[in-house]
Amino acid sequence: MITFTGVHKWFKNLHVLNNINLHVTSGEVLVVCGPSGSGKSTLIRTINQLEPINEGSLVVDGMDLSDKKTDINKLRAEVGFVFQQFNLYPHLSVISNITLAPMKIRNIPKKEAEEQAMLLLTRVGLAEKRDAYPSQLSGGQQQRVAIARALAMKPRIMLFDEPTSALDPEMIGEVLAVMKDLALSGMTMIVVTHEMGFAREVAHRVAFMADGILLEEATPEDFFLRPQHPRAQQFLRQLLTPMQAE
Amino acid sequence: MLNYTFDWSTITSGKYFDWLVSGLITTLKLSAISIVLAFILGLVIAVMRMSHNKPVRWFAHAYLEFFRNTPLLVQIFFWYFGSYKILPAAVNDWLVSTNFEFAAAAIALTIYTSAFIAEDIRSGVLSIPKEQMEASRSAGFSYLRSMQYIILPQAVRITIPPLVNQFLNVAKNSSLAMTIGVMEMTYQARQVESYTFKGFEAFTAATVVYLVLSILITALVNIYNEKVLNVHKAA
Repeated sequence: MITFTGVHKWFKNLHVLNNINLHVTSGEVLVVCGPSGSGKSTLIRTINQLEPINEGSLVVDGMDLSDKKTDINKLRAEVGFVFQQFNLYPHLSVISNITLAPMKIRNIPKKEAEEQAMLLLTRVGLAEKRDAYPSQLSGGQQQRVAIARALAMKPRIMLFDEPTSALDPEMIGEVLAVMKDLALSGMTMIVVTHEMGFAREVAHRVAFMADGILLEEATPEDFFLRPQHPRAQQFLRQLLTPMQAE
Repeated sequence: MLNYTFDWSTITSGKYFDWLVSGLITTLKLSAISIVLAFILGLVIAVMRMSHNKPVRWFAHAYLEFFRNTPLLVQIFFWYFGSYKILPAAVNDWLVSTNFEFAAAAIALTIYTSAFIAEDIRSGVLSIPKEQMEASRSAGFSYLRSMQYIILPQAVRITIPPLVNQFLNVAKNSSLAMTIGVMEMTYQARQVESYTFKGFEAFTAATVVYLVLSILITALVNIYNEKVLNVHKAA
């Protein structure tokens, strides 16, 4: 469903993605982790071309991103993206945040779009917030609306860029629960996160990145119990026992 | 002691009152048309000014600098006295058969004001976090549709206070149209003064009209803010 072949990307002189080769199949849940600045956010941002790649080939849902003829807006409509900072539209109510793209891009009639939005809001546990504005919601609630907004386009792939990193600890659980529910429904997902509990429980595969290089790909069990690369071992040590690291 | 007897009855009834009312109506028409057109044109120029296409961006930039930095009165004279020389005869005939003074004044006011409005809107757009554009692009909206649905609605909210100033300026600047013979409020007040020598009364009436018009515009925009845009809820 998503295939990286020899993908490189530079920001000026910084080699942020270095020869990435990665394949994600339909229905798979991949967690990408690694120290900050390792290129993991850039990696998932290339999938819907928020960041264009400089070299190599990237094929998403049958569409070749290095081909200039690929309709990038059509691709993006098939790929849901959830941001660290939620990025809800502050001037629109919750329900309008969710129905805007289906109505304007998929040309779904308002009534139908709203019915579907209410189903999604119920699924993320926020049906009673339909007429609230983003500024009236907590961070966890905003992120759940953002997930519903992405799902409203009926995407074939969902990308999550550190979806819980900006949240207070007591709100992380509610967002992870929604994501877990989504993973169990068979959605193809790539999740950049530091939530190792989520990775262990939900992911089919874990990818570890450092300095723009994909250093390790393994099942969660192998990755957490038998990390191969020294950088991965160090990363896990720091994550599990931050006080004793170094 | 004042050696002047105020005579308000001259302008509150009869022929002179009718003149002032017709002046008021012309001022209202001229202001309303220019405000609406200047806002639309300003939006277009603002979007062009931020375009990724260099010639489009440069055109908008040149437009802004040209019309912001020349006096409105000169622009009014240009459209009224200058433009017919470069227009085809058929267009001129048509313009003369309609109300050419009014059209020239409306064009000048619209274009002049659109340059200021475009800059206000652009600064509003630049204040919207770039993540909003990322969010709408990643939903599948094109650049222009992201502008239309996501960026501009937010930018315009931020831009409302400076926009009110521009709208007030249009209403007040419309008085310059009298110089090319548009029979608006100031023109009619002057007319009444010429016929009656009641200059104080006539221009007091004009002053009150502009004052009320300005306060009305401010109030309308505030009501629109509160009721339609829900500015407080969506803060």
